Formats: sequence, C-alpha cells, structure tokens
Amino acid sequence: MNKVRTAEEVLPFIRSGSTLMVGGFGLVGAPLTLIKALETHDVRDLTVISNNIGEPGKGLGKLLRDGKIRKAIGSYFTSNPEVGELYNQKRLEVELVPQGTLAERIRAGGAGIGGFYTRTGVGTLLEKGKEKRELGGLTYVLEFPLRADVALIRAHKADELGNLVYYKTARNFNPIMAGAADLVIAEVDEIVPVGALDPESIVTPHLYVDYIVKAEVFIDEVLKDG
Amino acid sequence: MADLSVSDRIAKRAARELRDGDVVNLGIGIPTRVIEFVPDDLNIHVHTENGMLEVGPSPAADEVDPNLVNAGKLPVTEKIGASYFHSADSFAMIRGGHVDVAILGALQVDEQGRIANWAIPGQTVLGVGGAMDLLVGARKIIVTTTHTTKKGEPKIVDRCTFPITGDRPADLIITDLCVFRCENGRLILTELMPGVSLEQVKERTTARFEVAVGESAGERK
Repeated sequence: MNKVRTAEEVLPFIRSGSTLMVGGFGLVGAPLTLIKALETHDVRDLTVISNNIGEPGKGLGKLLRDGKIRKAIGSYFTSNPEVGELYNQKRLEVELVPQGTLAERIRAGGAGIGGFYTRTGVGTLLEKGKEKRELGGLTYVLEFPLRADVALIRAHKADELGNLVYYKTARNFNPIMAGAADLVIAEVDEIVPVGALDPESIVTPHLYVDYIVKAEVFIDEVLKDG
Repeated sequence: MADLSVSDRIAKRAARELRDGDVVNLGIGIPTRVIEFVPDDLNIHVHTENGMLEVGPSPAADEVDPNLVNAGKLPVTEKIGASYFHSADSFAMIRGGHVDVAILGALQVDEQGRIANWAIPGQTVLGVGGAMDLLVGARKIIVTTTHTTKKGEPKIVDRCTFPITGDRPADLIITDLCVFRCENGRLILTELMPGVSLEQVKERTTARFEVAVGESAGERK
C-alpha cells in the first residue's frame, strides 16, 4: 500500500468534533504543514492534545485564534497568552496535565494500558478528583490513558513503508503519539525508498503510521513570519 | 565576583554543589545560568525534559538550529556523547530516579522546604510543564531563588500562599543571602553569603529556621 499523500488528501479524515494529537514542543517538532492545511479546512470544536498550543497566531496558535479548537489538553499553555484569554471568556476548555503525566498517558493510550499510578501531582491542586493509593509507603494518583481519532506528527525521514527517524529535539511527543490514535499521519522532511534507513536507527516502526505527507512548511520560516 | 548579577551569584554558588558525573536537569531562569559556572574539569551531564542528554551551551547566533532547544525553548548545542529520546522516556528518567540533581526556581519555599513554583493564586493557571515530575523524581533538589521578591517580600515563608508543586521538600535552598539545608522537615541555615549578616536574613525571612553556620561561611561582617 502506498502511504504517501498530500496534505489536502488527508484533511477529510479530520472532522468537526475530532480529537487530535499534535506533536511538538512549542513549534519544535510540530507538523507545521498539516497545521497550515487545517487553517483552510472547515472544522470546528476540535479537542487538541498537545504539550502547548503553539505560539500566538503561529502553529496551533493560528487554529486557536480562528476558533477551531474547543478543548486543549496539555502541560504548558503559558507561552501562548491567547489560551488564557479564551479560557477566561469560557470559549475554550483546558485540561492541564503535568508534562510527564501527559507523556505517560499518551504512551499508555498506545500500549493497551488501562491506567497507572504516579507520584506526580500528589499534594497539589492537580490531584483534585483523582483516586489516590498508598503503594510501598508512598502516595500515588491514578491517571488514565489518552487516545485520539487522529494523530498529526512530524518526523525527519520516512521510508515508503512509514518507518520514521527523527531530528534532534524535534522528536519529543511524536513517537508516542504515533501509537495513541486511530489514524496516524506523519509529516516528514524527506521520503526515502524502503531499505534506505538503517533498521537500528528507526524510532517509529511503520505499523504505527497510516499516511505520510511531505513537509512544505518549516520552523525557521514560521519563526521568521512576524 | 563583584561584577556578577544577583542571579549569577546564586547560580555560581549552586554550581559548587555539582559533582563529577552528575546527571543534572536545569530549570528555567537562574538554574539555566548554573551551567556557565561549572568548572571545565567537572564533567556533568545535562538532561533536558524535552528529550536530550548532554546539552551543551548556547550556540553563536549563526549556529542556531531551531530544532535543537532546551525546555525553555532556547537554542542549545549538542555535546559529544549526546542522545535524544521521546518525552515519555525523558520523564521515565526523571520519575525513575535516573536524574541526580534538579536545580529549580521557586516563587516561594515554606519552612518545611516545600516549594511553590508553578502557579499564582487569583491568576488563571495554565502552565505546569515538568516542574511536578522533577520534584518527585530527581534524587536531589536544589532550589535557586532570590531571597525576596522584587518588592522585597519574603520568598522563604512560614507557609506558602501560592499552590505548592509537590509534597516532597527540597534538599538545599540557595539565595542571594544564604544557603539552607532542609532536613526532616526543618530549614537549617548553613552558610551566609559574603557580607550578609544573620540579622539581615532574619529580617527578610518569615520561615522558622535553625542556624548551623560552619567555618566556611565566607567573609562575615
């Protein structure tokens, strides 16, 4: 099966009300081509699971500004003040999750784990409403897995089967999101023939990846734009 | 030394706590500066929670790689022996006790050594990042902070009015005035910064603390 598509070809998989996972630590490692394509795609009420919601007007921040996002689940929204403004106007729901718990919930979602106990958050405002349990003399909170309808991720190279390798700190949440969605679309800098990637270097094996889209938007351009 | 900013004096003191071979995670602000004061012959391994070990110093302007950043999203470089990993692995390292030292900033520290560094009451709380994970997981927690706020309000307080980051106390608190060790839920002042008197510390601290200043206290006046 040929997995290579254009951004326009994969957009119809994203519908109003969809839950999306979007890779990236801020704009670093975010699938900027797919996000850009979403700007002109008629969707609303998206739930977005992503560490941040981009920066003001950039990356996911543009989709937020355009009113396409109904709920954001992530760990650090402070870097985009528009998240707070919309939240205070009750136009955006926010679920704040410690970063390690966010990552582990995503990993669990892709690994068939029904829940896990972590020390993170015990004794803080973020333990509210969570089951607590004593284990080995320490207190833990129960956390549940996260899953999405569609994951939009970014990698450096894909072979035509969908095996992925990453580039430096642009890896971040992308490999774990590849496991945790019903449909996974990987945006990559370069598509190479099967066999061109060293099997030992492959981080995301191809069984996780449904479609591959060649990147046309790059972080240095987005950072430069006003 | 006299030319160093307040932040850099704190960072420089914190750097003295690091040991050869330590895996160290540096928070945003003063902690980030600690790396500037690590002696060349001290080999430490800097971990950043966005998925890298062996973080190097910031690059020259023409060598910035926008896809190579630290947890503060600032450009960094790659040291020899560097590796990259995804966010779940990165936090498994943190929670799993594989990071020797986390140096964190703080908005407040209470008299048991518990820290508040993620939220301000009355303001919408929309960022926590990795602060809570680092606090539960790092083997040693060093807090670096100015002793008071810009308005002169104490930050080492009897009880935090800001939401705490976790129930685990810090091990060491380094300010521009002094160093506290945290032991069994108590603060012990072990060192005064050069030129600082115990009375000055007492005036600017609402937390109760014990005093056990050793011989190496520096130039007390």
